[in-house]
Amino acid sequence: MAMTMLEEPEIKKKEKLSIIDCDIHNVDGYQSPATEVWVDYMPSVWEDYHLSIAGRRRAGSNCPRAVPFAARNDAFPPEGPPGSHLGFMQEQLLDTWEMDYGILNPLSPAGGQQNLEYGAAIAQAVNEWQIAEWLEKDERLRASLTVAYEDADLAVAEIERLGDHPGFVQLMFMARTMEPLGRRKYWKIYESAVDYDLPIGIHFGGTGIGPITGAGKAAHYIQDHGGMPMAFQAQVTSYVYEGVFERFPGLKIVLIEGGFGWVVPLMWRMDSWYRKLKMEVPYLKRLPSEYIRDHFYLTTQPIEEPSDPAYFEQMLAHMDMDDKLMFATDYPHWDFDSPDQALRYVSNRDVKKQIMAENARELYDLD
Amino acid sequence: MTTNFTGLGRPVVDCDIHNAFASLETLVPYLEDHWIAYIRESHFRGPGANDYPGGAPTSARQGTRPANGPPGSDLSLIQKQVLDPWDVEVGILACGYWVQSVHNEDLAASLATAVNQWQIDHWLEKDARLRASLVVPSQNPILAAREIERFGDHPGFVQVILPVRSYSLYGKSEYNPMYAAAVKHDLAIGIHFGGASSLPPTPVGWPSTYIEECADMAQIFQAQVLSLISEGAFARFPELRVVLIESGFVWMPAWMWRMDKEWKGLRRDTPWVVRPPSDYVREHIRMTLQPMDAPINSEHLLQMIGQLDSDEILMFSTDYPHWHFDGPDDAIPKGLSDSLLEKILRENARAFYKL
Repeated sequence: MAMTMLEEPEIKKKEKLSIIDCDIHNVDGYQSPATEVWVDYMPSVWEDYHLSIAGRRRAGSNCPRAVPFAARNDAFPPEGPPGSHLGFMQEQLLDTWEMDYGILNPLSPAGGQQNLEYGAAIAQAVNEWQIAEWLEKDERLRASLTVAYEDADLAVAEIERLGDHPGFVQLMFMARTMEPLGRRKYWKIYESAVDYDLPIGIHFGGTGIGPITGAGKAAHYIQDHGGMPMAFQAQVTSYVYEGVFERFPGLKIVLIEGGFGWVVPLMWRMDSWYRKLKMEVPYLKRLPSEYIRDHFYLTTQPIEEPSDPAYFEQMLAHMDMDDKLMFATDYPHWDFDSPDQALRYVSNRDVKKQIMAENARELYDLD
Repeated sequence: MTTNFTGLGRPVVDCDIHNAFASLETLVPYLEDHWIAYIRESHFRGPGANDYPGGAPTSARQGTRPANGPPGSDLSLIQKQVLDPWDVEVGILACGYWVQSVHNEDLAASLATAVNQWQIDHWLEKDARLRASLVVPSQNPILAAREIERFGDHPGFVQVILPVRSYSLYGKSEYNPMYAAAVKHDLAIGIHFGGASSLPPTPVGWPSTYIEECADMAQIFQAQVLSLISEGAFARFPELRVVLIESGFVWMPAWMWRMDKEWKGLRRDTPWVVRPPSDYVREHIRMTLQPMDAPINSEHLLQMIGQLDSDEILMFSTDYPHWHFDGPDDAIPKGLSDSLLEKILRENARAFYKL
């Protein structure tokens, strides 16, 4: 569904389903220090640094994205980058599709900073900006709490500062991290997230410690964009095999924009190897697939497009996670999934209803 | 765990049998004097990938360890446990001696030559059912091409073997000399589980456990397939044949959907990719059967095999001596049609390897 141009949605009244969009972007990476949409909320002690040296990140990818801001051609607002203008987004997305709720996932550079303190300052700025300019202005919106997740203490401090705010419904991590997310350095964050009843949202992107593949650098955007599910798979294996869910039984993980076609083969593979190598992970008490089905949620965009539509329902049956899939558009990005098209291969109306809104309503405790 | 070395009662081509040796001493007769001195003085013990930890149950089925040496080092035991009981018409040796992790490229090249000559002397000339994989220093594609030129006309070698964990992706043009030589000598490229490239094996760094590394190995295969297609290896070498060995195969259908979808949106970046990526997979790529990564529900596995949209991708393997199954009952998917089973057991490999 590349470059979908906005048309009048053709939804017949009697078939109309509630829609909750689990992936809307109001921030997309670094633009330029002076014009960041959240710059006015930067803690003053960091202002000079932000305007001078800032932005020393681990540059992981040098593949230009398909289009400017990776955005739909029609998603450029009157001012600011795509997605950053509330009024324009309301009209183009929330109102047009009559959405019940939308989850804002700011793709800020907070987590990727080498300077951890500065990353935490960005997180604060983005969160304050979201409260003032988004959450307080539209009741349909909820947001992900930005944290500098590479340092557990800094992340926990931000959770303790704002985790009780009703507008924040999950934490925001990026898929490519310095270490696999099951490792101990992140555990304090999970402890705090469970305390505040906040799932961990892990979104496409980020800059890890090495190349995007286990075998070197990718040359083309198709390898970078198409390769991101590899990072999601590695995070799932890490969470499960490290025993994170035995340690934190209340932890919930939301995988955002990672696709989900890989889930079934990964579950089968993880179970198979577990049967042979369980002595290495003696703290696990159940099959890996059981932890996955209980603890992971997945957003639908980019929707899987099998070669034969019948495979889609086979996949759902193999996966057995109808209660964990949640619709998302990825607005304003070029690979937007349209609410009236994304689930066209799902025939069961109850399943469709769950995926389009009800699973998210329950997870995020929305009315 | 009962070890059952009986076969299916019908002939097979086994596309993944591991031959190994106990120590570098085995190669001494094939190495030049200065390398022998270098090895003796430095106590260098050879490339150490540790992708099959010696004590891990998956590394060796019970009963496969001969009296002297590691599993896979004794031809007579392989004959007794695989070639004879499984009625192996042709057995492809996949020697996982990863010279790629030796950073001295000249030494790596000499070790490769030694291993290949050893394979001729101790395996190919001892059992006519066997074929072998050429070990090459692929970290230097020019030296790899030279190794292919050296042995490429020997009828016993049917492919070049590469570890899936490489330092740079196999679709890159730096590998042109190696692929040109392989195509010239009509050799397939076998990309095999394991290796030690010094890069973290995941896009998110180093996993803690071996089981995690094993599960994540499938993603590196995914990256290699995407690289081979999008970086143009098949466009530059239309005759290139690639087999993924010990990769697992159940991830391939969803990976093809993803690659095809990405290609629809982004194909202008790679104009040499003129057809959907899944077309290249079905034309150029084969996968060995083990490990099957099979679910409990055998019907689901059959559906997954159907989702490959091709009867020609899978090729039977025992992956001897590694442990993935206990006997013939769980060595192949249950409920396959006889014609598909025959393709998997023999015909696909015969066509792919031109046996």
